Amino acid sequence: MFKYFEPNKIFSITSKAPKYVLFLFIVIFSIGLTEALILSPEDYKQSHSVRIMYVHVPAAWISLGIFSVITFLSIVGYIFKIRNFFLIAKSLAPSGLVFNIIALVTGSIWGKPTWGTWWAWDARITSMLILALFYTMYLVAWRIFEDNDKVFKVTSIITILGIINVPIIKYSVDWWNTLHQPASINILSKSSIHISMLFPLMTMTAAFALFSLLIFLMKYNTELIKIKNKGLDRL
Amino acid sequence: MIENLFFMNGYGLYVWSAFLFTLVSFLTLFLVIKIQYNKEKNKFIAKFGSLNPEKATFAKSQSINKEILSNTSSI
Repeated sequence: MFKYFEPNKIFSITSKAPKYVLFLFIVIFSIGLTEALILSPEDYKQSHSVRIMYVHVPAAWISLGIFSVITFLSIVGYIFKIRNFFLIAKSLAPSGLVFNIIALVTGSIWGKPTWGTWWAWDARITSMLILALFYTMYLVAWRIFEDNDKVFKVTSIITILGIINVPIIKYSVDWWNTLHQPASINILSKSSIHISMLFPLMTMTAAFALFSLLIFLMKYNTELIKIKNKGLDRL
Repeated sequence: MIENLFFMNGYGLYVWSAFLFTLVSFLTLFLVIKIQYNKEKNKFIAKFGSLNPEKATFAKSQSINKEILSNTSSI
Protein backbone atom coordinates (compact mmCIF):
# COMPACT_ATOMS: atom_id res chain seq x y z
CA MET A 1 0.00 0.00 0.00
CA PHE A 2 2.82 2.38 0.94
CA LYS A 3 4.27 2.22 -2.60
CA TYR A 4 1.48 4.59 -3.66
CA PHE A 5 3.06 7.23 -1.41
CA GLU A 6 6.32 7.21 -3.37
CA PRO A 7 7.31 10.77 -4.40
CA ASN A 8 7.94 9.79 -8.04
CA LYS A 9 4.37 8.53 -8.34
CA ILE A 10 2.59 11.43 -6.68
CA PHE A 11 4.66 14.35 -8.00
CA SER A 12 2.70 14.40 -11.26
CA ILE A 13 -0.41 15.12 -9.16
CA THR A 14 1.11 17.43 -6.54
CA SER A 15 2.84 19.55 -9.19
CA LYS A 16 -0.38 20.28 -11.06
CA ALA A 17 -2.76 20.59 -8.09
CA PRO A 18 -1.66 23.99 -6.57
CA LYS A 19 -3.23 26.17 -9.28
CA TYR A 20 -6.63 24.47 -8.87
CA VAL A 21 -6.42 24.60 -5.07
CA LEU A 22 -5.47 28.31 -5.24
CA PHE A 23 -8.49 29.05 -7.44
CA LEU A 24 -10.83 27.15 -5.11
CA PHE A 25 -9.32 28.85 -2.07
CA ILE A 26 -9.88 32.35 -3.56
CA VAL A 27 -13.54 31.52 -4.31
CA ILE A 28 -14.32 29.98 -0.90
CA PHE A 29 -12.32 32.63 0.99
CA SER A 30 -14.18 35.46 -0.78
CA ILE A 31 -17.54 33.89 0.14
CA GLY A 32 -16.31 33.35 3.72
CA LEU A 33 -15.11 36.96 4.08
CA THR A 34 -18.41 38.34 2.76
CA GLU A 35 -20.37 36.20 5.21
CA ALA A 36 -18.05 36.88 8.15
CA LEU A 37 -17.77 40.64 7.72
CA ILE A 38 -21.10 41.64 6.17
CA LEU A 39 -23.84 39.00 6.19
CA SER A 40 -23.50 37.33 9.59
CA PRO A 41 -25.33 38.95 12.52
CA GLU A 42 -23.66 40.63 15.48
CA ASP A 43 -23.74 38.86 18.84
CA TYR A 44 -26.24 40.06 21.48
CA LYS A 45 -23.45 40.21 24.09
CA GLN A 46 -20.19 40.71 22.19
CA SER A 47 -21.63 42.84 19.37
CA HIS A 48 -19.41 42.99 16.25
CA SER A 49 -16.28 41.74 18.06
CA VAL A 50 -17.71 38.21 17.59
CA ARG A 51 -16.60 38.44 13.93
CA ILE A 52 -13.03 37.79 15.08
CA MET A 53 -14.24 34.24 15.80
CA TYR A 54 -14.37 33.59 12.03
CA VAL A 55 -10.59 33.79 11.75
CA HIS A 56 -9.61 32.81 15.31
CA VAL A 57 -11.49 29.50 15.62
CA PRO A 58 -10.65 27.98 12.18
CA ALA A 59 -6.98 28.91 12.66
CA ALA A 60 -6.91 27.17 16.07
CA TRP A 61 -8.71 24.08 14.74
CA ILE A 62 -6.38 23.72 11.76
CA SER A 63 -3.18 24.24 13.77
CA LEU A 64 -4.31 21.49 16.17
CA GLY A 65 -5.35 19.21 13.30
CA ILE A 66 -2.05 19.67 11.46
CA PHE A 67 -0.01 18.89 14.58
CA SER A 68 -2.02 15.69 15.11
CA VAL A 69 -1.43 14.64 11.49
CA ILE A 70 2.30 15.45 11.76
CA THR A 71 2.53 13.27 14.88
CA PHE A 72 0.69 10.38 13.22
CA LEU A 73 2.91 10.57 10.11
CA SER A 74 6.08 10.78 12.21
CA ILE A 75 5.17 7.75 14.34
CA VAL A 76 4.03 5.60 11.39
CA GLY A 77 6.98 6.81 9.31
CA TYR A 78 9.41 5.92 12.06
CA ILE A 79 7.92 2.47 12.72
CA PHE A 80 7.62 1.45 9.06
CA LYS A 81 10.65 3.47 7.87
CA ILE A 82 8.68 5.47 5.30
CA ARG A 83 10.80 8.52 4.43
CA ASN A 84 8.03 10.16 2.45
CA PHE A 85 5.81 10.40 5.55
CA PHE A 86 8.49 12.59 7.15
CA LEU A 87 8.60 14.71 4.02
CA ILE A 88 4.81 15.16 4.12
CA ALA A 89 4.97 16.00 7.85
CA LYS A 90 7.77 18.53 7.26
CA SER A 91 5.75 20.17 4.47
CA LEU A 92 2.68 20.52 6.71
CA ALA A 93 4.51 22.20 9.58
CA PRO A 94 4.93 25.79 8.21
CA SER A 95 1.19 26.31 7.69
CA GLY A 96 0.51 24.68 11.09
CA LEU A 97 2.80 27.18 12.81
CA VAL A 98 1.34 30.16 10.94
CA PHE A 99 -2.23 29.11 11.85
CA ASN A 100 -1.12 28.71 15.46
CA ILE A 101 0.30 32.26 15.46
CA ILE A 102 -2.89 33.59 13.81
CA ALA A 103 -4.97 31.89 16.55
CA LEU A 104 -2.80 33.45 19.28
CA VAL A 105 -2.72 36.97 17.80
CA THR A 106 -6.41 37.15 16.83
CA GLY A 107 -7.30 35.67 20.23
CA SER A 108 -5.29 38.43 21.86
CA ILE A 109 -7.05 41.07 19.73
CA TRP A 110 -10.43 39.53 20.67
CA GLY A 111 -9.41 39.42 24.35
CA LYS A 112 -8.95 43.19 24.66
CA PRO A 113 -12.58 44.27 24.05
CA THR A 114 -14.02 41.10 25.65
CA TRP A 115 -11.88 40.55 28.76
CA GLY A 116 -10.20 43.96 28.97
CA THR A 117 -6.71 42.51 28.46
CA TRP A 118 -4.52 41.51 25.53
CA TRP A 119 -3.06 38.50 27.32
CA ALA A 120 -3.72 36.27 30.32
CA TRP A 121 -1.79 33.23 31.51
CA ASP A 122 -4.97 31.24 31.15
CA ALA A 123 -4.84 27.44 30.61
CA ARG A 124 -6.17 27.54 27.01
CA ILE A 125 -4.01 30.44 25.87
CA THR A 126 -0.86 29.14 27.57
CA SER A 127 -1.30 25.64 26.15
CA MET A 128 -1.72 27.15 22.64
CA LEU A 129 1.52 29.07 23.18
CA ILE A 130 3.22 25.80 24.17
CA LEU A 131 1.96 24.25 20.91
CA ALA A 132 3.60 27.12 18.99
CA LEU A 133 6.86 26.31 20.81
CA PHE A 134 6.59 22.65 19.76
CA TYR A 135 5.97 23.70 16.14
CA THR A 136 9.04 25.96 16.33
CA MET A 137 11.20 23.19 17.85
CA TYR A 138 10.00 20.80 15.13
CA LEU A 139 10.94 23.19 12.30
CA VAL A 140 14.25 24.17 13.94
CA ALA A 141 15.15 20.45 14.27
CA TRP A 142 14.80 20.06 10.49
CA ARG A 143 17.22 22.95 10.02
CA ILE A 144 19.77 21.83 12.62
CA PHE A 145 20.19 18.13 11.88
CA GLU A 146 21.63 17.12 8.52
CA ASP A 147 21.62 13.37 9.08
CA ASN A 148 18.27 11.82 8.04
CA ASP A 149 18.12 9.14 10.74
CA LYS A 150 18.85 11.68 13.44
CA VAL A 151 16.31 14.24 12.20
CA PHE A 152 13.60 11.55 11.87
CA LYS A 153 14.25 10.45 15.45
CA VAL A 154 14.39 13.97 16.93
CA THR A 155 11.30 15.24 15.12
CA SER A 156 9.36 12.10 16.12
CA ILE A 157 10.26 12.68 19.78
CA ILE A 158 9.21 16.35 19.53
CA THR A 159 5.83 15.43 18.04
CA ILE A 160 5.21 12.66 20.60
CA LEU A 161 5.93 15.10 23.45
CA GLY A 162 3.90 17.82 21.75
CA ILE A 163 0.82 15.65 21.15
CA ILE A 164 0.39 15.31 24.94
CA ASN A 165 -0.44 19.03 24.88
CA VAL A 166 -3.25 18.64 22.30
CA PRO A 167 -5.88 17.07 24.63
CA ILE A 168 -4.80 19.59 27.28
CA ILE A 169 -5.68 22.40 24.84
CA LYS A 170 -9.00 20.78 23.99
CA TYR A 171 -10.14 20.12 27.58
CA SER A 172 -8.38 23.04 29.34
CA VAL A 173 -11.64 25.02 29.38
CA ASP A 174 -13.42 22.11 31.13
CA TRP A 175 -10.65 21.11 33.53
CA TRP A 176 -9.79 24.59 34.83
CA ASN A 177 -11.55 27.87 35.47
CA THR A 178 -10.43 29.89 32.48
CA LEU A 179 -11.14 33.28 30.97
CA HIS A 180 -11.56 31.49 27.67
CA GLN A 181 -15.13 30.43 26.94
CA PRO A 182 -16.02 26.70 26.62
CA ALA A 183 -16.48 25.15 23.15
CA SER A 184 -19.64 26.30 21.33
CA ILE A 185 -19.43 23.51 18.78
CA ASN A 186 -19.62 19.85 19.75
CA ILE A 187 -19.57 16.94 17.33
CA LEU A 188 -21.25 14.53 19.73
CA SER A 189 -23.81 16.85 21.35
CA LYS A 190 -25.94 19.81 20.32
CA SER A 191 -23.94 22.93 19.43
CA SER A 192 -24.83 26.22 21.12
CA ILE A 193 -23.99 28.33 18.05
CA HIS A 194 -26.76 29.57 15.75
CA ILE A 195 -26.79 28.45 12.10
CA SER A 196 -26.35 32.07 10.92
CA MET A 197 -22.94 32.06 12.62
CA LEU A 198 -22.15 28.39 12.06
CA PHE A 199 -22.34 28.71 8.27
CA PRO A 200 -19.71 31.49 7.91
CA LEU A 201 -17.55 29.68 10.47
CA MET A 202 -17.61 26.48 8.42
CA THR A 203 -16.98 28.39 5.17
CA MET A 204 -13.93 30.09 6.68
CA THR A 205 -12.73 26.72 8.04
CA ALA A 206 -12.99 25.24 4.55
CA ALA A 207 -11.07 28.22 3.12
CA PHE A 208 -8.33 27.90 5.75
CA ALA A 209 -8.09 24.14 5.11
CA LEU A 210 -7.67 24.84 1.39
CA PHE A 211 -4.95 27.39 2.13
CA SER A 212 -3.03 24.89 4.27
CA LEU A 213 -3.41 22.32 1.46
CA LEU A 214 -2.02 24.86 -1.01
CA ILE A 215 0.99 25.65 1.18
CA PHE A 216 1.53 21.95 1.84
CA LEU A 217 1.57 21.14 -1.90
CA MET A 218 3.96 23.99 -2.71
CA LYS A 219 6.30 23.08 0.16
CA TYR A 220 6.16 19.35 -0.67
CA ASN A 221 7.06 20.04 -4.32
CA THR A 222 9.94 22.26 -3.14
CA GLU A 223 11.26 19.48 -0.90
CA LEU A 224 11.05 16.93 -3.74
CA ILE A 225 12.96 19.23 -6.11
CA LYS A 226 15.56 19.75 -3.35
CA ILE A 227 16.03 15.94 -3.19
CA LYS A 228 16.27 15.74 -6.98
CA ASN A 229 18.90 18.52 -6.93
CA LYS A 230 21.01 16.37 -4.62
CA GLY A 231 20.42 13.44 -7.00
CA LEU A 232 21.79 15.47 -9.93
CA ASP A 233 24.91 16.26 -7.90
CA ARG A 234 25.53 12.54 -7.50
CA LEU A 235 25.23 11.80 -11.25
CA MET B 1 -24.07 51.05 6.00
CA ILE B 2 -20.46 51.59 4.83
CA GLU B 3 -19.73 53.52 8.04
CA ASN B 4 -21.15 50.67 10.11
CA LEU B 5 -18.98 48.19 8.20
CA PHE B 6 -15.86 50.16 9.11
CA PHE B 7 -16.65 51.18 12.69
CA MET B 8 -18.78 48.19 13.81
CA ASN B 9 -20.12 49.89 16.95
CA GLY B 10 -16.60 50.76 18.08
CA TYR B 11 -15.19 47.26 17.48
CA GLY B 12 -14.00 48.00 13.92
CA LEU B 13 -10.37 48.48 14.88
CA TYR B 14 -10.23 45.06 16.60
CA VAL B 15 -12.15 43.20 13.89
CA TRP B 16 -10.29 44.73 10.95
CA SER B 17 -6.87 44.31 12.55
CA ALA B 18 -7.60 40.60 13.22
CA PHE B 19 -8.64 40.03 9.60
CA LEU B 20 -5.74 42.12 8.28
CA PHE B 21 -3.23 40.18 10.36
CA THR B 22 -4.63 36.92 8.96
CA LEU B 23 -4.40 38.19 5.36
CA VAL B 24 -0.85 39.49 5.82
CA SER B 25 0.20 36.15 7.39
CA PHE B 26 -1.32 34.24 4.46
CA LEU B 27 0.38 36.45 1.90
CA THR B 28 3.76 36.30 3.65
CA LEU B 29 3.67 32.50 3.98
CA PHE B 30 2.58 32.09 0.36
CA LEU B 31 5.38 34.36 -0.93
CA VAL B 32 8.07 32.75 1.25
CA ILE B 33 7.14 29.25 0.04
CA LYS B 34 6.83 30.47 -3.57
CA ILE B 35 10.32 32.05 -3.43
CA GLN B 36 11.78 28.82 -1.96
CA TYR B 37 10.05 26.81 -4.72
CA ASN B 38 11.34 29.05 -7.53
CA LYS B 39 14.86 29.02 -6.06
CA GLU B 40 15.00 25.20 -5.99
CA LYS B 41 13.43 24.89 -9.44
CA ASN B 42 15.89 27.36 -10.98
CA LYS B 43 18.76 25.54 -9.29
CA PHE B 44 17.48 22.26 -10.78
CA ILE B 45 17.19 23.75 -14.28
CA ALA B 46 20.72 25.21 -14.06
CA LYS B 47 22.18 21.89 -12.86
CA PHE B 48 20.30 19.98 -15.54
CA GLY B 49 21.64 22.34 -18.21
CA SER B 50 25.22 21.72 -17.13
CA LEU B 51 24.94 17.91 -17.47
CA ASN B 52 26.66 16.19 -20.41
CA PRO B 53 24.24 14.69 -23.02
CA GLU B 54 24.61 11.14 -21.71
CA LYS B 55 23.80 12.07 -18.12
CA ALA B 56 21.02 14.42 -19.26
CA THR B 57 19.36 11.59 -21.23
CA PHE B 58 19.59 9.33 -18.18
CA ALA B 59 18.20 12.03 -15.87
CA LYS B 60 15.39 12.79 -18.31
CA SER B 61 14.33 9.13 -18.28
CA GLN B 62 12.92 9.73 -14.80
CA SER B 63 9.37 11.06 -15.08
CA ILE B 64 9.71 13.31 -12.01
CA ASN B 65 12.64 15.17 -13.62
CA LYS B 66 10.61 15.69 -16.77
CA GLU B 67 7.75 17.07 -14.65
CA ILE B 68 10.06 19.51 -12.88
CA LEU B 69 11.46 20.74 -16.19
CA SER B 70 8.02 21.23 -17.67
CA ASN B 71 5.99 24.34 -16.86
CA THR B 72 3.08 22.37 -15.42
CA SER B 73 4.54 22.48 -11.92
CA SER B 74 4.28 26.26 -11.62
CA ILE B 75 1.32 28.15 -10.15
